[in-house]
Formats: sequence, structure tokens, C-alpha cells
Amino acid sequence: MANKEKDVKLLGFWASPFSRRVEMALKLKGVSYEYLEQDIVDKSALLLELNPVFKKVPVLVHNGKILAESHLILEYIDQTWKSNPILPQDPYEKAMARFWAKFVDEQVGPVCFKSVVKAEKGIEIAIEEAQELITFLEKELTGKDFFGGKTIGFLDLVAGSMIPFCLARSWEGMEIDMIPEEKFPELNRWIRNLNDIEVVSECIPHREKQIEHMMKVVERIKLA
Amino acid sequence: MADEVILLSVWASMFGMRTRIALEEKKVKYDYREEDLWNKSSFLLEMNPVHKKIPVLIHNGKPVCESLIQVEYIDETWPGENPLLPSDPYQRAHAKFWADFIDKKVNVTARRIWAIKGEEKEASKELIEIFKTLESELGDKHYFGGETFGYVDIALIGFYSWFGVYNKFGNMSLESECPELTRWAKRCLQRESVSKVLPESEKVTKFIFQRLGLE
Repeated sequence: MANKEKDVKLLGFWASPFSRRVEMALKLKGVSYEYLEQDIVDKSALLLELNPVFKKVPVLVHNGKILAESHLILEYIDQTWKSNPILPQDPYEKAMARFWAKFVDEQVGPVCFKSVVKAEKGIEIAIEEAQELITFLEKELTGKDFFGGKTIGFLDLVAGSMIPFCLARSWEGMEIDMIPEEKFPELNRWIRNLNDIEVVSECIPHREKQIEHMMKVVERIKLA
Repeated sequence: MADEVILLSVWASMFGMRTRIALEEKKVKYDYREEDLWNKSSFLLEMNPVHKKIPVLIHNGKPVCESLIQVEYIDETWPGENPLLPSDPYQRAHAKFWADFIDKKVNVTARRIWAIKGEEKEASKELIEIFKTLESELGDKHYFGGETFGYVDIALIGFYSWFGVYNKFGNMSLESECPELTRWAKRCLQRESVSKVLPESEKVTKFIFQRLGLE
């Protein structure tokens, strides 16, 4: 057992929801790792060597094996360290978790952040389109403590790193009330539930620091 | 109770081809239903309300969307003797990484060659670069996974039927630019599942020409 943990390194960036979710997974599984904070603007030779295809964080190195892409890293962690399973066993439930996780990163993320910043059709429409997508997640949560059911799972790690901390802080900085309690009671309940989970709350970036960071990203997007 | 498997797709979709090939590889009986993308069936919209896209795989009434997720689902539901993905976690992640790379890079670039006027030259160059990266990953293996046909091969092979389109609009020959990939594609076409599912390149080219109102 100890041999598996011999050499686990994570290249990450403090404000990246993608690398934070990997940290959550490692902590959930009780895996000790060496964290290497990366400068994502002035990329290190190590990062470029380990992820030449995408040149991005997170990158997990386990006993010399190099893994990139956060969803794949989460699945690898789940298959390698068996305690506190992240993905369900049932193939259909697995497919659903993967589907929604892809939806969060590929649709919710961009539409609820970049598209809102750019607001090409005006801010009201941008917010409406963002809320339309979030409504799908609201429905998925109905009657559940977490997306994973009674305990956190794959989708909670993906959505939980993206929405309450990365996106919510961006909305706060932009003074947008994107997910009001009346409209999204399930989502708000889920966020409160997440706050009670130690491995999640331990991996949340500092609030003001993250708002400040996201506002800098907002400026970059506006200037682009 | 027998399994009921329905696949909603369109014949020319390289994404739909992935799911069909996987079903054929596993010898799963399925009901293939051709969709009209300009007049989507209410069934499609009901089964994929989030994206309203094909392919949609419906197994005993439950829909699975997104082609690579479908391929993995098929592999896990009908394990059989020919696994499409390796069981080793690292090898599995490696395969999924390359399939994901294909998803992120190939279509979005290839599409620009024929769908957006003025971008053919640049997009063609980029596509060749992407294919060369894939050729390096393939190396001298028979298939991306090694000796056996699998997930990454399935993720990519559908695009081969569109080479005619890319060549015509990009004024190039992908076969000459990427001989290793072409050799790999022809090897894949020797498999019954692939030859049954992939349309003739000429048919795809004709379809695109008609769609764009050319010829």
C-alpha cells in the first residue's frame, strides 16, 4: 500500500478549479503528495516537459507516470486508491457522472463566466443563458444531498471546484446574483452541504484573493 | 428480458460512427434510427434535452449522450472478450487523454477547412500538424492501443471518411501528408465493424457539396 504513495506530485495553480479538484480527490483518498505551485503565465520547463500537448495544470505524476486533464486524473486516482470511491460502480450512473462533468467544464464554465463578461447580447441575456444551463444542474440535485447521493462523488468534485468557488466568486466580483436562493434552492443547499466537507473546504482558495484574481481575468477578457 | 438498444445518429457523423463501431465490435443488436438534423425528432429532443445532438444511445429506455462516453459505456456494459479500453488505470487514462485530444482538436480545426470561407489554408496546415502529432503517438504500433483495435482508434477513424472533403476544400492530400495515419486507417477498414459503418469518402464529399450548394 505504502509503495503506491511513494512518489505523488501534483503540479497545480492555486486559483485553478481544475487543479483544486485533484487536491480534493487526493485528500479524500488520504494520499500524501508533493504540491508544486506553477506560474501559468511564465510556464516552468517542468510543466512544459510533463504536459507538452496542452501545457496546462493540473499534472499528476505518480511513480513516474504522468497524467494530465483533471477528469482523467480523478478517474486514475479513483482506480488506484480504492477508499472513498469517487465514481459509482454502475456503468449507467458512471456515464451520467461523466456526462454532467463534461457539461460543467465545457458549457457551464464558459457560458457562466466568459460569456457573461463579454455579454455580447447584453448582460440580461447573458445571465439568462447562464441560468438556463445551471437549471439543468439544479434538476440533477433534486432530492439529493450531493450529486453523488449521500456522499460526494466525481460530479461534486468537478462542479464543487468550478461553481461555488471559482464561478461564484467571479459573480460576486462582478456584482451579479447569478444563483439566488429562490430560483436555485437545491444548488444553494448543495453549496452549504459542501462547506461542511473538510476535504472540500480545505481546498478552497482564499475568498478575497480569488475574487481579486478573477477580476484580473475579467479585465484580460474584456481587453482581448 | 432482452436488451433494447437504440442509436439515434446521422450516417455522415464521425461521432455517431464511433458508437456504431463500438456496438458492432461488441456484436450488440441495436435499432439504428437516422435523424434529420434540420428537422429533429421529438424523441431526439426528449432523449438529449441538454445538447439536442446526435448520437444518442438509448439502452432499455435510458439515454447516454456524447460519443466517447457512449463508447466507454458500451465497453463497460458488454465487456465480452474484446475490451475497447485497457484495464490498467494508467493505460486507460493514456487512451482517454488521446481520445480527448482528438475531440478537442480535430473537428474544430477540420470544420474550418470546409465550413468557413477563407480559413482553408490555415486550418489545413493546423490539421496536418494535429495529425502528425497523432502519427507520433501511433508510432509503429498497429493501432493506437498496440496490437488490438480500441478506444482511440474508434475516436479517430470516422474522420478518415471525411478526408475527401478536407482534401478538396483544403487543396491538399492528407494521404501524402500523413502516410502513417493513412496506413493505420486502411488497417482499421479491414475490420468488419469499421467497413460496415464508415461511409465512402466520395459519398461524404458529395453530401457536403450539395449542402453548400456547390456542383
